[in-house]
Amino acid sequence: MTALDAGLAPVRAAAVEVHGAHKSFGTLEVLAGIDLTIDPGTVTAVLGPSGSGKSTLLRAINHLEKLDRGYVSVGGEPIGVQRVGDRLKELPERAILVQRRRIGFVFQNFNLFPHLTALDNVAAAPSATGALGRPEAIELAEELLARVGLADKAGAYPRQLSGGQQQRVAIARALALRPGVILCDEPTSALDPELVGEVLSVIKDLAATGTTLVVVTHEIGFAREVADQVVFLDGGVVVEQGPPAQVLDHPVHPRTREFLTKVL
Amino acid sequence: MPPPLPSTGEAVEARPERPAEPDLTAQRVVPLRHPGRWIATVVVLVLLAQVVHGLITNPFYQWDRFTYWFARPVVLQGLLITLEVTAISAVLALAGGIVLALMRRSQSPVLQTVSWAYIWLFRSVPLIVLLLFLYNFSALYKVLGLGVPFGPQFVTFGVARLGTDLVIAIVGLSLNAAAFAAEVVRSGLLSVDQGQHEAAAALGLPRIYQFRHIVLPQALRTIVPSYVNVLIDIVKGSSLVFYVSLLDLFGQVQSLGSTYPGDIVPLLVVATVWYVVLTSVISVVQYYVERRFARGAERTLPPTPLQRLRRTLGSIRSIGAAR
Repeated sequence: MTALDAGLAPVRAAAVEVHGAHKSFGTLEVLAGIDLTIDPGTVTAVLGPSGSGKSTLLRAINHLEKLDRGYVSVGGEPIGVQRVGDRLKELPERAILVQRRRIGFVFQNFNLFPHLTALDNVAAAPSATGALGRPEAIELAEELLARVGLADKAGAYPRQLSGGQQQRVAIARALALRPGVILCDEPTSALDPELVGEVLSVIKDLAATGTTLVVVTHEIGFAREVADQVVFLDGGVVVEQGPPAQVLDHPVHPRTREFLTKVL
Repeated sequence: MPPPLPSTGEAVEARPERPAEPDLTAQRVVPLRHPGRWIATVVVLVLLAQVVHGLITNPFYQWDRFTYWFARPVVLQGLLITLEVTAISAVLALAGGIVLALMRRSQSPVLQTVSWAYIWLFRSVPLIVLLLFLYNFSALYKVLGLGVPFGPQFVTFGVARLGTDLVIAIVGLSLNAAAFAAEVVRSGLLSVDQGQHEAAAALGLPRIYQFRHIVLPQALRTIVPSYVNVLIDIVKGSSLVFYVSLLDLFGQVQSLGSTYPGDIVPLLVVATVWYVVLTSVISVVQYYVERRFARGAERTLPPTPLQRLRRTLGSIRSIGAAR
């Protein structure tokens, strides 16, 4: 038995459901009523012009962003809120932290912990949450770093790594708690063009493992190749959604068409 | 019709008197001279020599009396008091500063305001005024007690019994320094990128772990240099405890000075040198503490002075061995 299996529940891909999500920053309505269903084990690419609410939607899924109205559920369980009678009540922070352990998040700017080595970045969550003992967490971290092709960089600090390497460490870190869903917020937008490929290929491998994957991206080619479902957002609503062949090659909505002509 | 362009061969033949171009790429660039810098250096060296000359030859300093007093037990007693007061106050001030900074960042407006008001008040009151206030505290409040405000008291104790000179000094210094430490800690916490908080939250790390292992180590990089300033202020501020009749380093020197009026200058030099020594020790410790928290912030850490010295000695020795 490897450390990957030790003490941690096997990955069970979870469904993500967004119900009537509304969110405003001041007078600006960023999410104007979004309903979305993401089947377990599928890959969803979220596209849209900047300011369309893509990142806010993604951040709402693991409750980094609180919704004004509506709620999100992962694996059937509402995130950050609980139903009391016919009302939704906010959960205490401790409970939300526990829920987030089932949801991996990969940031645009990596957000690795700069004072910890690559290995400790990955091992932090499983050992701090008590999921694994320290030696098992280290062993797991070594395996995960090997999986993203960075076995030889375990002792390096984030600033000693290239952007692509940092993002791969960040992906390994997000995998460490074996989440049922992984959310990637523009994972390649902060990278030099020649480093994009290495990160996308790691995400592609991830997709093949059967985890539910939600990726906000501008990489149309990646979406076409990997995604089961493409969701096009504009003005805080879902304008169009469906398989990539339909949304990307035969868009129905004029906004989708306009966007695709700009980025392709 | 324009005249035909001359071929290159003809052009060279046309100007045979032109000297050959020197090969500029083969030469080193002549560095710019800085005569002003040289003049300033000489002036400063002359002034420095005068200061040293004055220190050595001016009988006013009485260096024999300085050596006599420097390590007298009575002076060392004072030094010990200074160290004790400083060390305890530094710890209390840091603890208080962390609490005040966390209060300031809390969501509760009451905690925020109380913290803000504390910092505002204690940064405004001069340390000496605060110390004298505390010295006369027992006249202000005869009895202190723990209990419900306007209601019954559970524990009470006489203030006079509590307020030894040492306690007054430590409380005064700590109250004052905590206000400054609070701002130091707050600026350190602000210096940690929002993305770090988000990454820690997204991983579901427990709250205390987030603060202790993710935020604080990064904040300390900013906190340490500024807190050392506070620490040095405490060292020097401790010389004021003389006014609440505690004989610290400065207090001993001052009272010795009134007993031996002829030795007042060498005694002041004794105090000066000891304060300089304390500050120097703190600076060395600061250097190593900062290195500890710089891990990961720089790609490679520069060698410490000791490592550099050892390396230099090593290379000298290897040169010697080669001969």
